[in-house]
Amino acid sequence: MRLLGILKTAAGALRRSTMRTLLTTLGIVIGVAAVITMMEIGNGATLAIQRTLTSLGANTLAVIPGAQNVGGVNYGIGSVTTLTPNDADAISKKCPAVANVAPIVRARTQIVYGKRNWVPTYIYGSTPSFLLVRDWTNMEEGAAFTEHDVLNASKVCVIGRTIVRELFAGQSPIGKEIRVRNVSFKVIGVLSPKGANMMGQDQDDILLAPWTTIKYRVVATSVSSSNQSATNTTNATEVNSLTQMYPNITTSLYPTQSSNELADLPQPIRFANVDQILANARSAAQIPGAIEQITDALRQNHHLRPTAPNDFTVRDMTEITKAMSSTTALITKLLLYVAMISLVVGGVGIMNIMLVSVTERTREIGLRMAVGAEPNDILRQFLAEAIVVCLLGGIIGIAVGRGTSTLVSKVLNWPTVASVGAIVAAVVVSASVGVIFGFYPAWKGSRLDPIDALRYE
Amino acid sequence: MADLVKLQNIQKTYHLGEVDLPVLKGVSLAVARGELVTLMGASGSGKSTLMNILGCLDHPTSGEYWLDGQEVSHFGAKERARLRNRIIGFVFQSFNLLPRTTALENVLIPLSYTRENLSERQKRERAAEMLTKVGLADRIGHQPSQLSGGEQQRVAIARSLINHPQLLLADEPTGNLDSHTSEDILGMFETLNATDGITVILVTHDPAVAHHTRRTIRIKDGLIEGSKGVA
Repeated sequence: MRLLGILKTAAGALRRSTMRTLLTTLGIVIGVAAVITMMEIGNGATLAIQRTLTSLGANTLAVIPGAQNVGGVNYGIGSVTTLTPNDADAISKKCPAVANVAPIVRARTQIVYGKRNWVPTYIYGSTPSFLLVRDWTNMEEGAAFTEHDVLNASKVCVIGRTIVRELFAGQSPIGKEIRVRNVSFKVIGVLSPKGANMMGQDQDDILLAPWTTIKYRVVATSVSSSNQSATNTTNATEVNSLTQMYPNITTSLYPTQSSNELADLPQPIRFANVDQILANARSAAQIPGAIEQITDALRQNHHLRPTAPNDFTVRDMTEITKAMSSTTALITKLLLYVAMISLVVGGVGIMNIMLVSVTERTREIGLRMAVGAEPNDILRQFLAEAIVVCLLGGIIGIAVGRGTSTLVSKVLNWPTVASVGAIVAAVVVSASVGVIFGFYPAWKGSRLDPIDALRYE
Repeated sequence: MADLVKLQNIQKTYHLGEVDLPVLKGVSLAVARGELVTLMGASGSGKSTLMNILGCLDHPTSGEYWLDGQEVSHFGAKERARLRNRIIGFVFQSFNLLPRTTALENVLIPLSYTRENLSERQKRERAAEMLTKVGLADRIGHQPSQLSGGEQQRVAIARSLINHPQLLLADEPTGNLDSHTSEDILGMFETLNATDGITVILVTHDPAVAHHTRRTIRIKDGLIEGSKGVA
């Protein structure tokens, strides 16, 4: 009731001087609108930068087999092969924080097309998810292989720009066959250029094929960093028949299947392991959760006892993540400062006009005091006016700000992100600005001597 | 009947830098309840200062001021504000109405500082009642700019009456009005004094005003010169 009365009096006083009220409000409207527009554009920019950094692999998690320790000698990361494609499936099923999972089988060998040959930095066998994990889905030419190709161990591949340059001298490689360690692969796509990674390795120097193909047709063994084709030059004269599943296998691990068995089981039982599993978290914030979930899922999948150490390692890209969070923090700070400045300017405007208003209404203050207003009543009244102006300005400012940012995103095609936080902050801040900058004029008014105030001309 | 207003040896000295300027040099007077009194004096006589002290707008440097049985000379700003709201009604020479505000809302102003708990409707009813009392029942929704000088002063009188004050202080109430309207306004003070028993003190320099009252207090150079009529 009492508050209502104060607000009513304030509204009445503001109505009495419409023009002044409008001008004062305008300051806050511009301030709040600027804050909201800046915040939304800034958030859009942050998101765009995040997306860019994510394509560098900021959200990428690498699962690597554990180290083997024999008689005190540690063979280092990857010396045991504990990861299987099944693990990749488990991660994609059990880890909600993980967006995409791709198993990877590596190879290093010579590739040949026509008279040219080349040893790519990366020969990766994976699934189509690999391109999602690496945020590499837009192809320069052709298309990526499919899950179907993975199941069939199809001899298809997509290659990076460097290989196109080295093997095809810049001509379109689509539909051409290249030989990878005597296995013919049909090139079905060219990856868009990605350039070097942070370690200076050329990421476009890549041949990507279904992991089943690489695993069973190219490398029969696990990872090898040596040039596998070099050690096998003696076998190079062997005829590579298309029906032979494991062309380069040296020792047979399992009994050879009869033709009947082959007919009954078109998918041979494969005891596969993969060299690495790549996964990406849904967002930078979910990286720790994703690591935890992956660890749990793999421990369960590997039937590890609670006391047993992990037989794998999950790594995150700390360097890029740090760069991302510091960039984001910087932008947020920058926006905050800009927002603060514009609100302070608006606030000073309010203070100015409120001071003028107090001076202009000295007689009114005198009269109110004469009929029984205590200094606090006067203080409250002018504060209420300032706050009403600020809130009014805040509300209009929100509308104008949202409108401007929508316009910016429509007309200039800048990314903007609507932010409820910015709106709440703008209202809270505009009310605070009203209190802070309205206080001095209100205090000044309340300190007036009623006698002088009544006599003021 | 006890005196409503009683001043005993009231002194007021202004400090202007290093010079002390004594304005009231020991004023003693008493006004009984239900009296209609004129306080007369030339400008510079201390008349305004005395009125400010009587109206609890200011406090004396020394001396005692008994208002409605309370010694109020030492009251702080807050307590004086409450006193003004409860006991005293003011009428000013320049009306002091809020511009672009209706007569009714002008009359309502003192009620927003009252301790009484009145509903919005009760307040409006009371304000309308006061406006009817001063003969402006048909001007309730008018703004000051739409009213004549006499009407404006009547709105001001209605405003001063809304809290049922015991003391009405009018500072040159007819100073801005023509003689005919002045007579009306002064007649209204007489009526209020006679019918409602409100104590009225008219502060003026105009001898014509003094004719309407039975008692005139004259002040000159900060001292009471002598009282004419009933003491």
